[in-house]
Amino acid sequence: MDIQTWTWVLVGITFTLYIGIAIWSRASSTGEFYVAGKGVHPIANGLATAADWMSAASFISMAGLISFDGYDGSVYLMGWTGGYVLLALLLAPYLRKFGKFTVPDFIGDRYYSNVARVVAVMCALIVSFTYVAGQMRGVGLVFSRFLEVDINTGVIIGMFIVLFYAVLGGMKGITYTQVAQYCVLIFAFMVPAIFISIQMTGNPIPQLGFGSTGTDGVYLLDKLNGLHQELGFHEYTTGSKSKIDVFFITAALMVGTAGLPHVIVRFFTVKKVSDARKSAGWALLFIAILYTTAPAIAVFARTNMIETVSNTKYEDLPNWFSNWETTGLITFDDKNNDGTVQYVADASKNELTIDKDIMVLANPEIARLPNWVIALVAAGGLAAALSTAAGLLLVISASVSHDIIKKIVNPKITENGELIAARLSAVVAVIIAGWFGINPPDFVAATVALAFGLAAASFFPAIVLGIFYKRMNKEGAIAGMIIGILLMLYYMMKFKFDWFGGGTKNDWWFGISPEGFGTVAMFLNFIVSIVISSFTPEPPKEVQEIVDTIRIPNNVGEAHEH
Amino acid sequence: MSLEKQKKYWKENLRYLAILLSIWFIVSYVFGILLVDQLNTIKIGGFKLGFWFAQQGAIYVFVILIFVYIRLMNRLDKKYNLDD
Repeated sequence: MDIQTWTWVLVGITFTLYIGIAIWSRASSTGEFYVAGKGVHPIANGLATAADWMSAASFISMAGLISFDGYDGSVYLMGWTGGYVLLALLLAPYLRKFGKFTVPDFIGDRYYSNVARVVAVMCALIVSFTYVAGQMRGVGLVFSRFLEVDINTGVIIGMFIVLFYAVLGGMKGITYTQVAQYCVLIFAFMVPAIFISIQMTGNPIPQLGFGSTGTDGVYLLDKLNGLHQELGFHEYTTGSKSKIDVFFITAALMVGTAGLPHVIVRFFTVKKVSDARKSAGWALLFIAILYTTAPAIAVFARTNMIETVSNTKYEDLPNWFSNWETTGLITFDDKNNDGTVQYVADASKNELTIDKDIMVLANPEIARLPNWVIALVAAGGLAAALSTAAGLLLVISASVSHDIIKKIVNPKITENGELIAARLSAVVAVIIAGWFGINPPDFVAATVALAFGLAAASFFPAIVLGIFYKRMNKEGAIAGMIIGILLMLYYMMKFKFDWFGGGTKNDWWFGISPEGFGTVAMFLNFIVSIVISSFTPEPPKEVQEIVDTIRIPNNVGEAHEH
Repeated sequence: MSLEKQKKYWKENLRYLAILLSIWFIVSYVFGILLVDQLNTIKIGGFKLGFWFAQQGAIYVFVILIFVYIRLMNRLDKKYNLDD
């Protein structure tokens, strides 16, 4: 069978599976819709969290980013895994004990204020919408590259699938589809990696393979460093970013991960506090399988690519080259008209531009793996994008139906009314997300990475202080969140969109890039919160008692309506 | 549970957090970033050590840290009769 038939078959099977699961596990109460009735097994929740977390960016783009950035790519590897340590140790168990439905629930109750609740809802919506637009686009891209349908048709197919299972199944439905999606995506990621590792190093474990010697007896990393030097790139195993920037970006990604509402809410779905801890451990273990393989794929793909194309005659290039040339993801411009590919660091002499996404998408073709493996990668990419999109859409719908409608606008709404509101807001959210997917605003690509900075600058300090600092009051927390997120937005607009006078790399404060600035904004949030709270009245007795209860793990209530 | 006991439980919890988070900080920020050049002079197999920590080692340690934390807390909960 050819690649395209294989892809239709695999995508068809996996989509049927997701829809089947959604019908089997549809939600019948708000508790089931928001938090899956709080009865998910910790391992199942770990699997679901891993799929929820790993997006199209993790699956498709990350290995490619590392492949081009070398050591500098470590910020994603450490940043997007280290956040789980913070989640497990500082947030998940306590938020589970608190036992409501959403992150703004916690902020609103802990800071006894609807202003705090609304600020938290706004932050959740900003973070989730910037993120979800990228996912829908990812679905469209996979469809267009593998199935040769129009990108927009791809987005619309993706919208219908997500609409169906997120709206019908709510959190309960997406939890079990995410479990299935994790299995699909990790299988799709590992199979080519293992094949290629065996081909290049004889070692079936990619994590060890990229530190081994190739068929010529030279260590793979040494060979790659040599190739980089020859072509004028910076050494693969050393970075080109400044140390302070790497430090701050890593911190912003870690803290941002721990502050993302669609990740936090997954820990509300388990039965008890010790299960919340356990599922954080399982989640990170499942995530680590992909995250420790990605840098290996990066090295294999980079070496393979350079060796195949560098100084090769154009007509001698393998088939995959022209296949991907037609998609525009590889372009060759024979500047010196010698009919040979010059791939070098010097932009005026370089003749080859390669989209970073190719490193994962074309890797199986470059390594000449069978057609079904190539099709598997498409199914995996779709699983990664859909699972994350569904998780985000649920946060958006819960923010509207629970935090705004039920908690502020109409507290007397019936259980059934709220469930209908939740489903309707999910439908609206899917349509908006799809619209962004079809008409991606320029800022989407720039802001997805910055969603982490926004989450770090707003939620993380408010939640951590709410648990670990009993004296923290509403005045401090609200001021901290507002100043944190505004400063982050300002810095991002100034240096990413050229507003407020714009600026270049040389104008960065302390040499910190916008991607790393979330860390600065987070520190400022902490300082503002603590200083302002010490000049304003301490929180009421009942609130201090809430803090005492969430610190103790036992007597967790069932999913309760309030 | 008495207030006294609650305070003691919380204190022990905070002590665990301090220890585990120091390790978290050392393997990633110290080994993977601040001292990466010094560690890169040491080579294990094909890996320069600093590079290995940044792209592999830190992640393994993160996973281990969470599972150690789960064990410590389960023991602590038992000791104070707080396990459900």
